[in-house]
Amino acid sequence: MEMLSGAEMVVRSLQDEGIEHIFGYPGGSVLDIYDAIFQSDKIEHYLVRHEQAAVHMADAYSRATGKVGVVLVTAGPGATNCITGIATAYMDSIPLVVLSGQVPTHWIGDDAFQETDMIGVSRPVVKHSFSCRTAEEIPIAIKKAFYIASTGRPGPVVIDLPKDVQNPLNKFPYEYPKSVSLRSYSPTLSGHRGQIKRAVAALLSAKKPVLYVGGGSIIANASKQVLELAEKLNLPVTNTLMGLGAFPGEHKQFIGMLGMHGTYEANRSMHNADLIFSAGARFDDRVTNNVDKFCPNAKIMQIDIDPTSISKNIHADLPIVGSIEIVLQQMLDLLEETKATNDAESINAWWDQINEWRAKDCLAYKTSETHIKPQQVIQCLYKVTKGDAIVTSDVGQHQMVAAQYYPFKEPRQWINSGGAGTMGFGLPAAMGCKIAFPDRPVVCVTGDGSIQMNIQELSTCMQYNIPVVILLLNNRSLGMVKQWQKMFYGGRQSHSYMDSVPDFVKLSEAYNHIGIKVDTIDQLEPALVRAFELKDRVVFVDVAIDPEEQVFPMQVKFGSMEDMYLSPTERTDA
Amino acid sequence: MRSIISVLLENEPGALARVVGLFAQRSYNIESLTVSPTNDLTLSRMTITTEVDCSATLEQMMKQLHKLVDVLRVSELTEGSHVERELMLLKVRTLNSEVREEIKRTADIYRGQIVDITPSLYTIQLTGACSKLDAFIATIGETSEIVEVVRSGVCGIARGEKALRG
Ligand SMILES: Cc1ncc(C[n+]2csc(CCOP(=O)(O)OP(=O)(O)O)c2C)c(N)n1
Ligand SMILES: [Mg+2]
Repeated sequence: MEMLSGAEMVVRSLQDEGIEHIFGYPGGSVLDIYDAIFQSDKIEHYLVRHEQAAVHMADAYSRATGKVGVVLVTAGPGATNCITGIATAYMDSIPLVVLSGQVPTHWIGDDAFQETDMIGVSRPVVKHSFSCRTAEEIPIAIKKAFYIASTGRPGPVVIDLPKDVQNPLNKFPYEYPKSVSLRSYSPTLSGHRGQIKRAVAALLSAKKPVLYVGGGSIIANASKQVLELAEKLNLPVTNTLMGLGAFPGEHKQFIGMLGMHGTYEANRSMHNADLIFSAGARFDDRVTNNVDKFCPNAKIMQIDIDPTSISKNIHADLPIVGSIEIVLQQMLDLLEETKATNDAESINAWWDQINEWRAKDCLAYKTSETHIKPQQVIQCLYKVTKGDAIVTSDVGQHQMVAAQYYPFKEPRQWINSGGAGTMGFGLPAAMGCKIAFPDRPVVCVTGDGSIQMNIQELSTCMQYNIPVVILLLNNRSLGMVKQWQKMFYGGRQSHSYMDSVPDFVKLSEAYNHIGIKVDTIDQLEPALVRAFELKDRVVFVDVAIDPEEQVFPMQVKFGSMEDMYLSPTERTDA
Repeated sequence: MRSIISVLLENEPGALARVVGLFAQRSYNIESLTVSPTNDLTLSRMTITTEVDCSATLEQMMKQLHKLVDVLRVSELTEGSHVERELMLLKVRTLNSEVREEIKRTADIYRGQIVDITPSLYTIQLTGACSKLDAFIATIGETSEIVEVVRSGVCGIARGEKALRG
């Protein structure tokens, strides 16, 4: 058998797992692994400028491809710098393997230089973690980590690697396990047959159904089944923020995103539905609004691979544990077999009602002579990219506007931090996507606050030539915070504006990128066209937008789903 | 409502911390927790007693426990017939022979045993359900000064055929 050191085993195990790209930052306790990487020609490593960005890059790489993202960092501060990234991935169920160095085993517990209990610090935000105390454990720990990270409800897994375990002088027999099984872990994939029957029956007899599609459908690659089921039964479909793209944004049965900044028609349809069929959504507080007033007349049907997501916030009358893809296929097969269908007349009546709500045109907005509106920027982006870009975003108003005005065609096209809402996610996320898909246009829609949270990655873009487009909706403020202060704090703008936003054009140029400033609406489209034509350059488009523009619709706090502000002055009469 | 949850989990470093972390993180209450390896040394058996406000919370708690990668089985004991036992060691001051006699009598009634004696102290060992131990503490407290109490926390098992196995 081949003899390898612990450090070599790490690299070989990753290779044997089929990993091509990893993201990281070296330091004392992983130098042996870095030396092994130096000698490998199979793995491409990207050196970031801050470990948090490495995790976001790996995370978005995973979101865009469905593969597991891999991160390598040193002990102590290197490891703790990853925590925000790991928490972000955890909240959105993204599979990651994070390898972190550790002080030598005989120093553990002695407060040695750069010792942090990474297993302890990361515990609440990982799916699982391993600490390897001998080199022989490394291949099996890595195999298990990939298996656990990518199956069931995916999530991040941390592997702690003490320095002495990596020692290049000690060689051990190496074999990468072909498969792995864990007696304590076996996710349920197919749905219970009885439940499938009941679900189909409920769906067929519903007069006012809504298909409520979440990020779980994207993770499970269930878009095909979602589309087929929706079309077969003429169901209205709403996507969550995380589900955008799971059902095509321009499909006539798409009624928009739901929730806090969801459309009038989506939120009203939910509230008035008699059946809500949730596929990989988790009834998050940003969706339900006040749970006591949530959809009073609806029967709730919920598919999720994670039993804890079922009936957590809202009681599910008809729960199905399983993979969305498999369960929906089971339902489709049953429909095919029985040739049963729903009552077209009542569905049509339901559509008449929904179309009435749609006619309200809740996303219409007023343009201005003096200011560029953020909505115009996103619509222009859609036009210029023909709706085909991978769009990443940061967190704030710009994120909501991107979600509302860029109708995503496919899954894995919209990459954002939904669960954690992590500012600073957008730029490294775009880089991760571009590395995965060098030939596709990738754009990061960002805000002047968010972009400055990982701006240092412009340097990584320079080093590896990762030509993403950065589209900054610059309102010189923490717009979303300001909006809340306007609405709920008597307009007192406590620390929500930026007094000194840098000159982003100059900043981009300092990194040898291209910066374009857009101040008027007529400059917008040419700037975006140019940005996407310059395929091998990072282009930073800084658009001065109306600093007073707010995001609407917006649900009224403590209200029902359909209780919304449609503008600062108009409220639904719910 | 009071619940007793049995958990069968991998006897691995970190497994206990994950369970305790879960309870802290989700602000679930732990009244007592016992854990020890089973006859199969690769497995640990844990008994957790907890106070929950409704059955939905209990259900969520059990699902969350089961979601931990190290956990094999989770079951609730109070909903079926079960045996629960707790061990207590209690040290009391024995001021004079009268008090000594009284303590001995009470211990006998509760089927306790005196496991250590000094001129002025008795250490009593008692097993039983929580309520019995509570009652014993109250009774002894009436006649003499309790110096120290240590309780193991509840161990529980279902009656009959039902078993939690790997
Ligand atoms: C790391 C982090 N810190 C704070 C917040 C709270 N927060 C949410 S949105 C927002 C404002 C973001 O400002 P900007 O990036 O300029 O976006 P805008 O809302 O102006 O479009 C803040 C501070 C957060 N989500 N993440
Ligand atoms: Mg801003």
